[in-house]
Amino acid sequence: MPLKQTPIYDDHLRLQAKMVPFGGWDMPVQYESIIAEYGAVRQDVAVFDICHMGEFILEGDAGAIGLDRIVTQSLSDLPVQSCRYGAMLNEKGGVIDDLIVFRLRPERWMLVVNGATIEKDKDHILKHLKTPGCFEDISDRTGKLDVQGPRSREFLKPLLAGIEKLSYYTFDEFSLLGERVTVSRTGYTGELGYEIYCPSDKVVGFWKKLLDLGAQPAGLGARDVLRIEMGYSLYGHELDDGRSPLEAGLNPFICWEKDFIGKSALLKEKEAGVKLKIICFVSDSRRSPREGQDLFDANGLCIGKVSSGTFSPALSRGIGLAFVKRGSVGAGDRVSFGQDQIRTPAQVVSRPIYKSGSLKS
Amino acid sequence: MEVIDHLFYTKEHEWVSIDDGVATVGITEYAQDAMGDITFIELPNVDMEVEQFEQLASVESVKAANDVYSPLSGKVIEVNSELVDCPELLNKSCYELGWIAKVKIASEEETSKLMGAEEYRTYLESLE
Repeated sequence: MPLKQTPIYDDHLRLQAKMVPFGGWDMPVQYESIIAEYGAVRQDVAVFDICHMGEFILEGDAGAIGLDRIVTQSLSDLPVQSCRYGAMLNEKGGVIDDLIVFRLRPERWMLVVNGATIEKDKDHILKHLKTPGCFEDISDRTGKLDVQGPRSREFLKPLLAGIEKLSYYTFDEFSLLGERVTVSRTGYTGELGYEIYCPSDKVVGFWKKLLDLGAQPAGLGARDVLRIEMGYSLYGHELDDGRSPLEAGLNPFICWEKDFIGKSALLKEKEAGVKLKIICFVSDSRRSPREGQDLFDANGLCIGKVSSGTFSPALSRGIGLAFVKRGSVGAGDRVSFGQDQIRTPAQVVSRPIYKSGSLKS
Repeated sequence: MEVIDHLFYTKEHEWVSIDDGVATVGITEYAQDAMGDITFIELPNVDMEVEQFEQLASVESVKAANDVYSPLSGKVIEVNSELVDCPELLNKSCYELGWIAKVKIASEEETSKLMGAEEYRTYLESLE
């Protein structure tokens, strides 16, 4: 299958971005430098093309249409103009996708899902909805730009009147250059930031305007470094159909007071004892851990596997996320990572790895 | 992509200059650009014997790890320890400040297996 292109594709080429396949899409991994783009997000303001992600609209009472059973997060107490992170599980308790649910109106919802899993998610939702007519996939006609960084609020103020009123994980409609857009105060970077949902035929104009005003274009390379520093999961790495959300640390995003698909499997897993847990760790050196490498405890015993690894520009050290046997190590413990005989010493740290983000400022 | 005239090149994008039996080795502009921001280098030990086209060093970028191969056989006599704390020199100055190691070579005959600047430029064009 040919790779899909976002509406901004031609502008990525104009900016001489390095393009890579990502979940079936041809996406910019970097423009000039991952570390420079990362720095713009941590210290200034940057914009990401996130048009590849999927958006679904659902109409109706969440319980009556079956939506409440499809997602793990609590919906009944979610205020209008607020959004909430959670997951969709299969019957075995594996993660079909992680997603954010937006409550647009008391009985109107938007689900924001990963780009690589749009079709799979859609199949799952349609299979379990009680009234399939209430579902619409608006991914193709929806553009999405993430504006992230400690300066993002000041940067967006002249473009989006009233943006400063948005608190963390809320959203509203705004006028952007005369177009109606939805903006949420959410992100995947650990910094103050906003995500703009707009008609896909308007997104290139908005993108160019943001660049003209001085936002740094940032690619998926920087995005990955930022999310690993925050200990955020990425579908396909920390989450997949065979992975329990309890192992992946998604417990805070599961509402146990309601019924949801996969709940009985998770209850059984809890009763038997969850086997693995996710940890964050920091290398003693600049050497970075890589996905698939083994993690060892202080005695050299293999206790798990690295799920994501990169170089942290903030710490000038390699950093990683790993799944380890529950009870094997905790924050402060010495570990090492590597393959074969070459092992690099590291230390387990509490999440997030990067603790100075402007996320809630 | 900058290619310097008087150097020899490998297909793996290392460069080497030879002066009085000592080969200075580094990676090319193409290599550093392809790797992106370089964050770590593992240098060889001084006195290590290395064979032509065998591993000399390894470098990591934000994205991945890559091996650096020695363009010539010989004995490592000096390494650029500046790179340990400033691996970004490999990006900023790959042909000068970013040199990796100096290798005392036995003979220059092995250069017949390397490319000259013109040949390397043609090789780069073939990769596009």
